[in-house]
Order: sequence, then structure tokens, then C-alpha cells
Amino acid sequence: MPDTPLLSARNVHKRFGAVEVLNGIDLDITRGQVVALIGASGSGKTTFLRCVNMLEEYHDGEIVLDGERIGYTTTPAGRRRLPERAIVAQRGRIGIVFQGYNLFPHLTAEQNVTLGLVKVLGKSKAEARDIAAGWLERVGLADRRGHYPYQLSGGQQQRVAIARAVAAEPKLILFDEVTSALDPELVSEVLEVMRSLAESGMTMLVVSHEMLFVNAVATHVVFMEQGRIAEQGTPDALFRNPESERLRSFLGRFHQVFR
Amino acid sequence: MDISAIMQEIYTARWTLWGGLLTTLEISAIAISAGTLAGVMIGIGLAYGPLVLRLVLRGYVDLVRGIPSLVLIFFCFYGTALLGLNLSAFAAGVFALGLFCAAHIGELTRGAVQSIPQAQTDAAKSIGLGFWRRLVYAILPQALRRVLPGWVNIAAEIVKGSTLLSLIGVVELLLATQQAIARTFLILEFYLALIVVFFIINFAISRAGALLERRMAYVRF
Repeated sequence: MPDTPLLSARNVHKRFGAVEVLNGIDLDITRGQVVALIGASGSGKTTFLRCVNMLEEYHDGEIVLDGERIGYTTTPAGRRRLPERAIVAQRGRIGIVFQGYNLFPHLTAEQNVTLGLVKVLGKSKAEARDIAAGWLERVGLADRRGHYPYQLSGGQQQRVAIARAVAAEPKLILFDEVTSALDPELVSEVLEVMRSLAESGMTMLVVSHEMLFVNAVATHVVFMEQGRIAEQGTPDALFRNPESERLRSFLGRFHQVFR
Repeated sequence: MDISAIMQEIYTARWTLWGGLLTTLEISAIAISAGTLAGVMIGIGLAYGPLVLRLVLRGYVDLVRGIPSLVLIFFCFYGTALLGLNLSAFAAGVFALGLFCAAHIGELTRGAVQSIPQAQTDAAKSIGLGFWRRLVYAILPQALRRVLPGWVNIAAEIVKGSTLLSLIGVVELLLATQQAIARTFLILEFYLALIVVFFIINFAISRAGALLERRMAYVRF
């Protein structure tokens, strides 16, 4: 069923106290799509991403992954949070890469990748090591398997984090400003890995400020503002012919580059 | 009295002293291991438990940390007797030291666990680990390193605190030494030997802690 979306968000609302950070998000992602969320800081991009795997709770609306509603169920008494076990299982089907890498500092690169494979997916240690070796090689770190995070550069740590997220073969992988904490010269090695994942057909939801990367790799771009989707379309449409004045000014100098 | 005569007296008292040393080690080992186990659970409860549990644990920790350990020992020894529980002096004393240890380790564990960045919990959640697995595989191994220096202090306190059990009649190393002194009147000599033995025990604990800490030096952010 190529036409049913893999991820479908409907009217997602989230508040932090009185502040409405997500104000009715509707978004469909089909298999193999690379969707980029762009927008100013505080526009709700990261919050939405974290709602997709229930690292944040949301207050209204629903998010459905491959026919399965994430995080909540509806009972006659109203909307209910799923039991923790169910949410934990759902998270296992979604990968996420964080801005700050968040590798486990007490585990080697390889152990960071194998932990979930062994403890969550129940694979044998040998099989998990094989899978980890394959992914670490794919992200260019075959020779860093036994290194601890503190022995790796930021870019290397982030590539290990990507390997950790994709090794479990998630249906969808989320990228949360994964290059924002990196030195400029380390950004490209991470973006290269992401580009190669995108080309291999992985479904990706990417929050990014790397407009050139978004332009080159994303199949669909979503511009968020104040918790809403303000404009969306192909990179071409958004970057070359932004409809709103707000997007034009957000793109700023990039707009000049793309014209 | 020359040195060989002193050695002779110490040799004569060897079984008394040996028995005392074993009792001291036994008291310390039981109180520290049981107290550490309970303390870690208390710390987890303080960090993650529901409000009622947190309040109860908080009350326990603050209460026990606020009482002199000797008072706690007397309370456990005489108090349990009044309640009709027939605990031996050894059992009551070890229980009191265990309570003392658990309260301190509990607070230490809570602090260490809560000092691990939220991002680590997020990462553990994101790979599909449930609550206990997140603790066991992601949070506690990192907290362990932060707990170690404080744990060494508490363990040493327990070893030293074990001498207080002499006051309820447990023949641990201090009381055994005093018995030998009563027989020989070699006050300075025996107390000196006692000091050396306690120093060796606690120095060993402290070195073991430092060694572990060095071996876990890779836990950095």
C-alpha cells in the first residue's frame, strides 16, 4: 500500500503550561520520504519530533505510525496514555538521533549500538556485534569500535549515534538538529551519512538548519512557525518561491543562494 | 617491658583479638552490603518513586541521618527487646548500622542518579529500554562512578562505628582489645595495635574505591 502514509499526524496539540507549543500539526509521511522540518527556534520542530516517539507527551490529536496509534488510546472515558510497556515497545520501532549525540559514556561505540539489539530485540551478542560492525563500517568508523565516546570527535560520536539509531531497523528515523553542536568542519561527515541513508530508502523526519542539505536531500519541506505548519511543499517550491513573507525572511541569505 | 615480651602478650591474646577482628569484619561486611543494597533501592525510590513513597523514604533518611549512631544502636537493642523481639546484641547492632548505612547510601544514590543528564534517559528510552533496564544498563553504571567516593566514606564510617557495638556487649575488636588490656595492662601497646588494624581495614577500602574509580575513568561526558 504505497499510498497509505507511514506516519500520520492529525491535529497534534501540546502545551507547556499556558504556552501552546504545538497548535494543530497535520503531517503525512510516506515510506521512503525524507521530510525536513525547518523554522525558527521555538517554532515547535523539536517538540513535534519528540512527540512522535513519546519523549514528550501531547495533549490532543493523534500520531499514527504504520496503522498503530502512538502513545494513547481512546476509551469510552476519553483519551488514555498507553501503559509504559506499550510505549516502550513503540519507541523501539522509531529511531532518533539527538543534537547532543547522547551516547552512553560508559559503553564503547560497539556496545552503544549492540545494547538495544541485545536487550530490546533479543538478538544474540554475536549477531548484535555483526550488525554493529556492519553499521559502524557504513558510517566510516569500523576502526573505532572499541573506543569510548570521550575518545571520539563530535562528528564521530554523532555517526555512532546514527548507527545506534538505525541498527534496530526502525520504520522511521528522527533527526533532531544533529549537526547543530558540531564544528563546521565536522558537519559534512555527518550529513554524508544521512544522505546515504536517505538514498537507501530510509524514511526520515529531519529537523535541520542546514538549508543546503535540506534542499539537496529532502523530498518534502515543512516550514513551522509558532506551533503551526505555515508552509510546505517540495524544496524547490519552498526555497525558490516562498509564498509567505515570513518564510522569505527566515530563509534570508539562503533565499539569495537558491534564486 | 621489652618488645619481645609485648609480642609475647599479644601472641597470648591472639585468639581473643582474632575473634574480635573477625566479628568487626563480619559486622562491617553485613551492615555495608545490606545497607548498600537497601540504600540503592531507597535512592531509586527517592528519585523516581510516587509521592507517598518518596515522602516515607525522605522521612526515614532524614530521621536516621539526624540521630547519633550510638543512639540508633541503643534504640535497636533495647527498643526491640521492649517490643518483644528477641534480637541478640550482634543482630541488633548490625541492624542499626545497616539502617544507618542505608540512609546515607540512599541519599548518595539519589543525588548521583539525578545528576545523570536527562539526555541519557532520553537516549535509553529511544532505543526501547523500559524503566528498570534504563536504570541497570544506562543510568546506574554512570551513577556508580559518582557514588564511589561517598561510598568509601560511608563504608569507613560503618567500620569505625562497629566499635560502638562494644557498648551493648558485642565482643568486636575494640572490646576484645580491652579484654586483653584488662589482663595485661599494656594499654598503649594494645591501643596502638588497634589503631594500626583499623587503619589497615579502612585504607584497604579506600584504595579499593580509588582503584574502581580509576578503572571507570572512561565514564565522562
